[in-house]
Amino acid sequence: MSEAIATIALAGNPNAGKTTLFNALTGSRQHVGNYPGITVEKKEGFVDMPSGTVRVIDLPGTYSMTAYSQEELVARDFLVKERPQGIINVIDATSLERNLYLTVQFLELGIPVTLALNMVDALESKGIRIDSDRLADLMRLPVVRTVARSGLGVREALQAALTHPRQSWEPLFISYGPDLDPVLGEMTKLISNAGFLADTYPPRWLALKFLENDLVVRQLFEADYELHRRLRDMADEVARHCEKTLKTQPEFLIADYRYGYISSILRQGVLTVMPDLQGRADLSDKIDAVLTHQVAGPAIMLAILYGLFSVTFTLGEIPMGWVETAFAWLAELAGKMPPGLTRSLIIDGIIAGVGGVLGFVPLILIMFLGITFLEDSGYMARMAYMLDRVFRIFGLHGSSVVPFIISGGIPGGCAVPGVMAARTLRSPKEKLATLLTAPFMACGAKVPVFILLAAAFFPEHGARVMFLITLAGWAAALVAAKMMRSTIIRGPSTPFVMELPPYRMPTAMGLVLHTWERGWQYIRKAGTVILAIAVLIWAMMTFPGLPQEIAAPYEAEMAGIQEQLQAETGEAARGELEASLAALERRLKEEALTHSLAGRLGQAIEPVTAWAGFDWRTNIALLGGIAAKEVIVSTLATAHSMSDAENTDFAARIAAAPGWNTSVAVSLMIFVLLYSPCFVTVVAIAREASWGWAAFSVVFNTAFAFALATATYQLGMSMGW
Amino acid sequence: MSTIVNLRQMRVDQRGIIKTVAAQGELGRRIRDMGLVPGTEVTVIGRAPLKDPVALRLKGFTLTLRNSEADFITVELPEDDLV
Ligand SMILES: Nc1nc2c(ncn2[C@@H]2O[C@H](COP(=O)(O)OP(=O)(O)OP(=O)(O)O)[C@@H](O)[C@H]2O)c(=O)[nH]1
Ligand SMILES: [Mg+2]
Repeated sequence: MSEAIATIALAGNPNAGKTTLFNALTGSRQHVGNYPGITVEKKEGFVDMPSGTVRVIDLPGTYSMTAYSQEELVARDFLVKERPQGIINVIDATSLERNLYLTVQFLELGIPVTLALNMVDALESKGIRIDSDRLADLMRLPVVRTVARSGLGVREALQAALTHPRQSWEPLFISYGPDLDPVLGEMTKLISNAGFLADTYPPRWLALKFLENDLVVRQLFEADYELHRRLRDMADEVARHCEKTLKTQPEFLIADYRYGYISSILRQGVLTVMPDLQGRADLSDKIDAVLTHQVAGPAIMLAILYGLFSVTFTLGEIPMGWVETAFAWLAELAGKMPPGLTRSLIIDGIIAGVGGVLGFVPLILIMFLGITFLEDSGYMARMAYMLDRVFRIFGLHGSSVVPFIISGGIPGGCAVPGVMAARTLRSPKEKLATLLTAPFMACGAKVPVFILLAAAFFPEHGARVMFLITLAGWAAALVAAKMMRSTIIRGPSTPFVMELPPYRMPTAMGLVLHTWERGWQYIRKAGTVILAIAVLIWAMMTFPGLPQEIAAPYEAEMAGIQEQLQAETGEAARGELEASLAALERRLKEEALTHSLAGRLGQAIEPVTAWAGFDWRTNIALLGGIAAKEVIVSTLATAHSMSDAENTDFAARIAAAPGWNTSVAVSLMIFVLLYSPCFVTVVAIAREASWGWAAFSVVFNTAFAFALATATYQLGMSMGW
Repeated sequence: MSTIVNLRQMRVDQRGIIKTVAAQGELGRRIRDMGLVPGTEVTVIGRAPLKDPVALRLKGFTLTLRNSEADFITVELPEDDLV
């Protein structure tokens, strides 16, 4: 890649279309969604322009430039520290006034701003007309009309940013009225005389931020004690004055003046709202009248979730069968290899482990298609809106619903993207409670366990069992959140000041891309993490091998039968011999497993797990499940010494196996649903919160799950289930 | 004479002009960042099934707030509006 000739950042309000524009420019496929706050980290891309290669940065959306939230800090730090040549301020033209509030703050910082007036395609139906030339004149900056979704005007916007008339930083000056202007002037003079941070921030901007109580800026000033003290005295003085005479605070007065400045510009013929269209309720409002209706709203929400749930399982079953057949065929093929460690590794380790996971890919894809549709259409934001009142009771926030659903609130999700989606929550406490409880949901990796156990113990009620499990996941998450929020992560709830985006028809391309992106993550996990874990577990279940003195008698007996088999010709007698050979082989395998590292581990903890009804074989599978839930079923199958060919009637075997009954099955389902998040999720939690919290989630979830499973098992046993 | 009411008391479909915003701290900041400043015209367009939060239309977009947050905002109703 040749050196970039310039860096241009894309900045603007959440959901204004920055990432869509970024993708259109760079040809990349970053995640876009009709929900404010999708992008939480900056992304980089390169675009070839006639004058050379340009580095383009997609920033998280922000409404303001304060230091209240992580995203605002990311965006602000990038702008002041890396000083891009300019920014393209992506604006949702349908709410021009609010979007310009951020523009003004960029201008006060001095960055050369180019406005991309995005979503102009939606203006007409809203009855809004914008005179972009007039806007450009009045604000003295280039304005380009764009439709990022179709790529219209995006290169022109970048070109305009590159050839911006102002090539250096030059802060905009606006008046904040008779109460603030004098003191602002004095503070600015003090700061510029001191030369404080002169090459990073304009002095007036620092003064403004000081008045706005910006903690980060105030901290910067602590480096200069005397300056800080004088500025603070001035700020306190004017704050007292504002309180007394205007019953307000400087920071709010500043906001009012900024909006005043914007509306004075818009009033000069920039924005016209067509009167004949103004009264007409817009389409989104009409849809909302139904979808968020007091009675119909919640009913439709449940219906959508249930519908998605059943579609996933009925449609998903068909291609799932194909994938399973393919892997069964592979296993058969591998079965032709000479017996030995390699064959065992391939069949019991790799094919059973990875194949089991890949079998669920179709189901996962269908389920993510559904989630992507909910997110892209704008419905997810309505779910947050409708559920906020309920979630608040449990110390969560309406926005917690998104991470929950992605984690498996509709079975088939995955806690890794779910935990990451918790970033859209602005408050650290609610975010923490959300990401610690999201792993309780019935993620796609746990689903095979439920399907297996349901088939074995509730053969007629598979769908109902799945539905109850799903509800149990939600209930556990809410209860655990309440427990945490009233003990270790106490704190007030954050405001629910949220934008409801208009409903939009998701683009087919967008749906396919996102579904694929998430499905691919899953497949990649199967090929990397799961593969490694499957091999590791296989090794632990194989080594150390049986000592010769234990294996020898079995082998001798088997050899004897083999000889008889060769001599025998009678049909019935052959059958009998073969059966006893198979039985011997199974006993040998079982001896070997008991002797293996995994077997010993399983037996070591059996005295405790027996309270919940789990024998040592189940323990092996559960230990493996801490690494990845996907391996539970295949490990359980191997632990019951079943080769893949017999997998089909595994459910029947489990049902008949000694030590298994309905109580064990229910207890196991509950435990698998709730216990320790898988490794990848733990890493995600550590990244979003800290390693301490990640460790906490392993211990807490396992203890919580074990307590519930034990209670269920003991209750079930005493009832004689 | 115009009437001034609390935002919480407004009915669905009722329209008014924001008179005062008393919220402080982070809430005050976020409310203002989103454009809820005195002089702005707002319409209540709906309430969530449990009556809370409330959805507002202002400056061309839809915003949701909890009732406890709406409490900080007073709205002036037009003269012909009967509460
Ligand atoms: N009608 C229309 N919709 C658009 C246009 N550009 C983007 N969208 C849609 O607007 C929504 C938000 O787009 P994003 O690109 O995710 O917005 P963003 O600014 O990156 O949002 P955050 O990452 O949350 O800050 C998506 O549903 C897009 O499909 C446009 O020009 N016209
Ligand atoms: Mg984005």
